[in-house]
Amino acid sequence: MKPKYIVGLLVVAGALAYLIFGGLGQNLVYFITPSEYFQQIDRYQNRPVRLGGLVKQGSLDYNPQTLELRFVVTDGVKEIPVRSSGTTPPALFGENRGVVVEGRFQGETFVSQNLLVKHSETYQAPKEGWTPEQVRKLIEETQ
Amino acid sequence: MQLASSNQTSRLDGLTLGILSLGVVGAGVGFFMAMTAPPDQSQGFVARIFHLHVPMAWMAYLASFAALGYSVAYLVRRKPHHDRVAAATVEVGLIFMALALLTGMLWARPTWGVYWDWEPRLTTTAILFAIYVGYVVVRGAIEDPELRAKAAAGVAILGSINVPISYMSVRWWRSLHQTQSIDLTTGKINVDAAILIPMLVNLAAFTLLFIGLVRLRSIIAAREAAREEV
Repeated sequence: MKPKYIVGLLVVAGALAYLIFGGLGQNLVYFITPSEYFQQIDRYQNRPVRLGGLVKQGSLDYNPQTLELRFVVTDGVKEIPVRSSGTTPPALFGENRGVVVEGRFQGETFVSQNLLVKHSETYQAPKEGWTPEQVRKLIEETQ
Repeated sequence: MQLASSNQTSRLDGLTLGILSLGVVGAGVGFFMAMTAPPDQSQGFVARIFHLHVPMAWMAYLASFAALGYSVAYLVRRKPHHDRVAAATVEVGLIFMALALLTGMLWARPTWGVYWDWEPRLTTTAILFAIYVGYVVVRGAIEDPELRAKAAAGVAILGSINVPISYMSVRWWRSLHQTQSIDLTTGKINVDAAILIPMLVNLAAFTLLFIGLVRLRSIIAAREAAREEV
């Protein structure tokens, strides 16, 4: 067997091992919900955690000057205040939207390093009677 | 006997060329239809990459099942032709899988906020991709044609196990990736007809391209095999 193929096979085997043990192992529970956090508060302190839920209606507070973003993540039962700073949130971010935040708990607050927005699996055209130009304008205005 | 059968499968026939040209025309029509389809009401025009991303991912899954079928056929019947077609489906499938991953990343950045995240759907698809890269490397590494075919068939059979896991990952585990818009297990479709139809046109076109490219690759492989025998 030629050496280059042995190297190739080792690279593939290594990549698979990394994906299975490094990536997938931790991701079987991809994110925790606020309720799960309150069941095992000690377990989630001082370690990187992904927290998932909905952005609570009326809780969003964003300062474009300092890029400081505060909101509350809820699963309908429990709520957790989240603080994120330094980045502009993605365009689809908003109240009543699904989010996954990566970061750590600091006391009562979750400090987010990375803010990810979930979107739905439904694709619908805008309401009837709208011309593409109007739709384009609406999209540009909301951004 | 061996030479006669390899001659038969090594001719570039009109059917292959016909399928390929129909696929190219279909992809052109699909592109035009996708670009005139209405935008999604929450994502806007960004959601148009759906018309490429979904059919490409389905082609990758289809390639996986086709490779499984031909690999099992090879192990049962031991015909070199089946081994060559299995290898061709994997190679063409890898292109579609890479494109599905790439279009997915381009879609993820403006919607989720990141190009990549180690969430279940993306992780299982990355594993699937790595297994088929491994398939190609295994084929290159083994000189003996029969051993090569048997080892490759084993990899293809094991690799295909990951397809249902990847497909169902968005429902089995919590994920960032949304659940299926067109759910093949329940038949539920959450897509407006105006957005769905261009996707189906692309799906048909990509299926033709997939079949045509696999036939073309198998013909080339048959010619290579025939030349090695002489």
